[in-house]
Amino acid sequence: MKSTAPTILEVRDLLMQFGGVKAVDGLNMTVHDGEILSVIGPNGAGKTSAFNCISGFYKPTSGSIKFLGESILKQHPSHITKMGMARTFQNLRLFKEMSVLDNVKTGAHSRFSQHWYDAFLHTPSFAKSEKQIDEMARGWLDFVGFKGDEELYVTQLPYGEQRRVEIARALNTSPKLLLLDEPAAGLNHSEKRALIELIGRIQALGVSIVLIEHDMGLVMEVSERILVINYGKELADGSPEEIRNNPLVIEAYLGASEGKAADTTGIYEHLLDENDLKVAAADLGVSASHKSAHLPAMPKRKEH
Amino acid sequence: MELLMPPTLGKPRLATLSFDRKFLYCIAGFFVLVVLVLPYFTINTYVIGLGIQGLIYVLLALGLNVVVGYAGLLDLGYVAFYAVGAYTSGILTTKFGWQMWQAVPAVILACIVAGIVIGGPTLRLRSDYLAIVTLGFGEIIRITAQNLEITGGPSGIFGIPTWSFGDWSFNDGLSLPAWSIPAFFLVVGALIGASLYAMKKQVAAIVTGSVAVLTAVIMAVLSGSLTNTITFSSKVILYYFTAIIVLVLGLVGIPRLAQGKLGRAWKATRDDEDAAEAMGINTYAAKITAYIIGAVWAGIAGQLNATYISSIAPGTFQFLQSALVLMAVVIGGMGSIPGVVVGGLFIFLAPELLRDVWDNRYFAFGILLLIVMIFRPKGLWPATSVLPWSRDRRAKDKLPSANEVTA
Ligand SMILES: Nc1ncnc2c1ncn2[C@@H]1O[C@H](COP(=O)(O)OP(=O)(O)OP(=O)(O)O)[C@@H](O)[C@H]1O
Ligand SMILES: [Mg+2]
Repeated sequence: MKSTAPTILEVRDLLMQFGGVKAVDGLNMTVHDGEILSVIGPNGAGKTSAFNCISGFYKPTSGSIKFLGESILKQHPSHITKMGMARTFQNLRLFKEMSVLDNVKTGAHSRFSQHWYDAFLHTPSFAKSEKQIDEMARGWLDFVGFKGDEELYVTQLPYGEQRRVEIARALNTSPKLLLLDEPAAGLNHSEKRALIELIGRIQALGVSIVLIEHDMGLVMEVSERILVINYGKELADGSPEEIRNNPLVIEAYLGASEGKAADTTGIYEHLLDENDLKVAAADLGVSASHKSAHLPAMPKRKEH
Repeated sequence: MELLMPPTLGKPRLATLSFDRKFLYCIAGFFVLVVLVLPYFTINTYVIGLGIQGLIYVLLALGLNVVVGYAGLLDLGYVAFYAVGAYTSGILTTKFGWQMWQAVPAVILACIVAGIVIGGPTLRLRSDYLAIVTLGFGEIIRITAQNLEITGGPSGIFGIPTWSFGDWSFNDGLSLPAWSIPAFFLVVGALIGASLYAMKKQVAAIVTGSVAVLTAVIMAVLSGSLTNTITFSSKVILYYFTAIIVLVLGLVGIPRLAQGKLGRAWKATRDDEDAAEAMGINTYAAKITAYIIGAVWAGIAGQLNATYISSIAPGTFQFLQSALVLMAVVIGGMGSIPGVVVGGLFIFLAPELLRDVWDNRYFAFGILLLIVMIFRPKGLWPATSVLPWSRDRRAKDKLPSANEVTA
């Protein structure tokens, strides 16, 4: 498929160990320029941990990560962002006591130089850069379809709008690669439609996207390639059709969810709810009705 | 690297909340005016002396607000930098014969060094460690001062000189022709107004001009006849004006620092350090700048106080002082400039007023604090407060719909 496009991210033999737990266990992953790659897998498979390693928040136990041809293993997260990698978080992490606009403006941090005395004296160069920062931030808010009051505090917004602000904020760092960790979690149907459309528009800007998502409908619709992870390892890698028909994936995905639900309820707070499981199964082309019928009552996914 | 631009740039915008800011400026202007004319009504040096103490608390609260309110760093030993400033200026002027103003750069330098020494290693850790380290640092400074010879041991330093410039010092008092004070305000107003006008901010220029004229008129009326000579014979009043000048500098400058990218980096780091890193913000750099700016500000307050009191002793730099200033910030509203001004005045005035009421004033003060925290947990004037008339501004402003915007 897109394999002819140059590689922008290359992860080799990534190992992330927490005590005895191997959250990521020898993962390989390649992202090509301009593509949309989805990363799926059961809860606790190590998807978020892999993201955290790539974006510099975790220092991997071993392995190599190359972004734009350069090793980023020892870099700080802020440096990796400056290099052109942006991310969102699984549990919304906006700056709660800042306005919507200021949240998005933080993304422009590394692109403008202002000295403290510029701010102190409100020099013309300060005013000019602030104006540019303001325009950029408002531009990105429009781009993601935010229609509220940008001077409100983010906590005053409905959940779906907060998700949009988080994406606008990430885009404002001017990324080449955007990592989205479960952007559809907690969104309603129409918000999911808008997200799918937004992901398409982001790709059209030339940004590569890696997407962690449990919503199979969304994954099947937007992805060009899907990487399935289980127990920190790659289980399958291929086009949506290949993944849909891969018996290993069907087995692991449904089997693992069921098995875990039985003994780890309460430990994993993001367990799939029954409905998601049905949707997932339907999208994967299997009937899960007989399986989910005897699943124990699972906690609803927590909405943050 | 090529910059990613939103395709939707430069769309029509709604009115912003700038009206709120103007309202705050008015309050601040009124506040400054009141403290400015106070000496004309009360040439009672005791009251003016209290005013100076109050202003110094407000200065400290403003500085700690940068550290705690903006950058979210819990500093339990803020008074240490206040001590560094006081002792640096005290030692240089009494032991080395420097003039007070010459000590200012030395104080700034000493506080920067102290800030780096204490903040450098600890700011890499999570904030709980910082609280403990700063608590210890505050005590170390006090105990060191108590035991060194150069700091005068337990009795401290006496005879710290006043501000002097060449032959003239605060001791000589200040005699001014009465017309010069209104004239000063007119000239300053004209200068600021003209530069605003040059920056095409006509409205702001006119407002500044009118405020200057108004102040000049008030000052002229207060001085009786313009041909009089006004004499500030007591140096206390001169200290008072010095404190006001520094305060105005802080009131204007500190919120300005918080407006640009530095301020956003502070607030982002405070709200969520990981997310701030993900935005490309070097959170360590953000924290240490806040810490150093706070330190320098406290050092200057310390110098102002040392020269005003003319003696310093280790006993003044107790942990209680750090705790009080921290309370001023928390009670006023972390990160809110009007809030910390109110908080600074509150923690100074409340025990002072309670002095006559009750012997156990700090106990009463504690109860008062509890009441404030129960009813206003985010402070008396929180940073996130929205003025009543701005709450529903968007209901009135018709927002262009998405289609209109993209059309
Ligand atoms: N900081 C950490 N310390 C210890 N264990 C961790 C840490 N982060 C993740 N883990 C463990 O690593 C495993 C993988 O977690 P991770 O969050 O990466 O899963 P995930 O695939 O993102 O799951 P979900 O779909 O629920 O988000 C889990 O067993 C988790 O408990
Ligand atoms: Mg996850």
